[in-house]
Amino acid sequence: MAKADFEVPELGESIEVPPVEEGAMSHLAPFVAKPEFQEALGFKGELGDNWKEDTIEAMGDLLSKYRSLQVFMDICVRCGACTDKCHYFLGTKDPLNMPVGRQDLMRRVYRRYFTFAGKFFGKLGIPQFVGAEDLGRELIDKWYSYYHQCSECRRCSVFCPYGIDTAEITMAGREILDRIGMGQKYDNEIIGKVFKIGNNLGLPGPALADTLEGLEEDIEDDTGVKVRLPLDEKGADILLITPSADFFAEPHVDGLMGYAKVFHEAGVSWTLSSYASEAANFGMFIGSYKNMREISLRIRKAALELGVKRIIFGECGHAWRVAYSFLNTLAGPFDFLDQNYPIPQHILEFTWGEIQKGTLKLDKSQNDDMVLTFHDSCNVARASRMGDKPGGQFEIPRNVIKAVCNHYVDMNPDTLYEKTFCCGGGGGLLTDDLMELRVKGAMPRMQALNEVIQEQGVTHMAAICAICKSQFTKVLPYYGMTMDQIVSVHQLVSNAIVLTGQDEEDADEEDAA
Amino acid sequence: MPIEVDGKVLETDEEGYLANINDWVPGVAEVMAKEDDLELTDEHWDIINFLRDYYEEYQIAPAVRVLTKAVGKKLGKEKGNSKYLYGLFPYGPGKQACRYAGLPKPTGCV
Repeated sequence: MAKADFEVPELGESIEVPPVEEGAMSHLAPFVAKPEFQEALGFKGELGDNWKEDTIEAMGDLLSKYRSLQVFMDICVRCGACTDKCHYFLGTKDPLNMPVGRQDLMRRVYRRYFTFAGKFFGKLGIPQFVGAEDLGRELIDKWYSYYHQCSECRRCSVFCPYGIDTAEITMAGREILDRIGMGQKYDNEIIGKVFKIGNNLGLPGPALADTLEGLEEDIEDDTGVKVRLPLDEKGADILLITPSADFFAEPHVDGLMGYAKVFHEAGVSWTLSSYASEAANFGMFIGSYKNMREISLRIRKAALELGVKRIIFGECGHAWRVAYSFLNTLAGPFDFLDQNYPIPQHILEFTWGEIQKGTLKLDKSQNDDMVLTFHDSCNVARASRMGDKPGGQFEIPRNVIKAVCNHYVDMNPDTLYEKTFCCGGGGGLLTDDLMELRVKGAMPRMQALNEVIQEQGVTHMAAICAICKSQFTKVLPYYGMTMDQIVSVHQLVSNAIVLTGQDEEDADEEDAA
Repeated sequence: MPIEVDGKVLETDEEGYLANINDWVPGVAEVMAKEDDLELTDEHWDIINFLRDYYEEYQIAPAVRVLTKAVGKKLGKEKGNSKYLYGLFPYGPGKQACRYAGLPKPTGCV
């Protein structure tokens, strides 16, 4: 595997700004959603004859609703600070993957149809004189292509002196494309599955119950202790909302077993919901407030029906952005939950709290076969917080890792914290038809990881986002690494926890075998 | 691109997955494997059949862990791991084997 029919970037001494190659990625666009999937989400099935009018109308609507979009369209002074900050530009060399290039695809249309200068010079036939452009098929195709080459990670916004958030422009671009009937297959089919079945994967209740039962067996086989993974249990204190990838993929599922062990040792009652069996909210990726809200309301409904007192989110990057930053306005008020706990709470906050209380018996040596580093996930790093102090979203995951592992080192700080690089597969791009983009966009993170592998003997990278984990599993082999070098943070916790009543000798023997 | 199996033309999606699971006949797996230059052995068929049985019961492909565990139970512990499955299906058991079995592709954050 990992044979590519495109050029995989070479890892050098450090991340270099590449020479620009115009049109380097113009060939790439994801599959378009079929009309039935478009219509299920309330969008036009396919591009109609009046698509230009539809586009201008949708854009006008968004400009009137989102003041930020209007400001971002007006305010760029082309200073160039963003040009070398996007992982997709660094990996693909395509100037339309520079944040300003991506923004300008929309800005040209904005200027042409929404500013006096653009209307005036447009009528004279020279819109380019004021940086405007007539809307044509070629331009809308570029929107489709390049608004699906942005992972909405917001790294560029950290460096923009005006704080222009390209992610919001990409979201607006996708919302407009959806409305005119040109949505993306991967994102929109997935949202459809959430409404129909309850999660991104389309994992029905009985399959979920069977999977959880299997995991209970596995934990008991490993430890001799019966740890439960309850589903739809009314009256439980905590509702765990976690990405459905945690039920399905590796190394996600090892993290899920970690949450279960932490809850077990903490002595709290908890449950999963088959109705709200998804933390992810792709409504945000496509910029659709309506869909984002409907997905969020499922969580509220499940919490009310199960009668829980708390909601905790598992390891999922953008879900935590939606949960931490928007859940209350999307699906609140949560006055029926216990107000003594954060609403909602992150699983890492919970685990860190238990570690500080001393509830968990931890044997760090169980992770001695690894030297760990940590990848800050973009949405957690730049769009949320954890705990009650600024920077908690950086400290708490590291604190937990260090509490369960003896060997930890950070990567280059210019690639971490609020300056973290996206994994390359976020924002609704985690699909095989965009593999070239995903591999190339992973380059900056792979570069930083390779540095600590070479210089400090790092063997594994931990992450707290389902997309990051799946993306790295796929792209590591393209860079000469192996798919199992990516681990879940709660997988490390799971390895180190010594359950009450666990036969430690057994565990040691198994690890030695 | 549609594929031709036993003289019948069957619809597939952009990525080569069968458009309609009810169109599946064993020849589908044979034709798809031939396109990938892969010869199907009894070991391959064990996996394909398991996937189809699981899908029939649960309406979804099994998780990797469920699959490896089932394989381990049936064929012996040394085969109950993803290395064995990747050996059989180099493009990944989830994706390649599901395609041969006529199952829709598992998508999501996986």
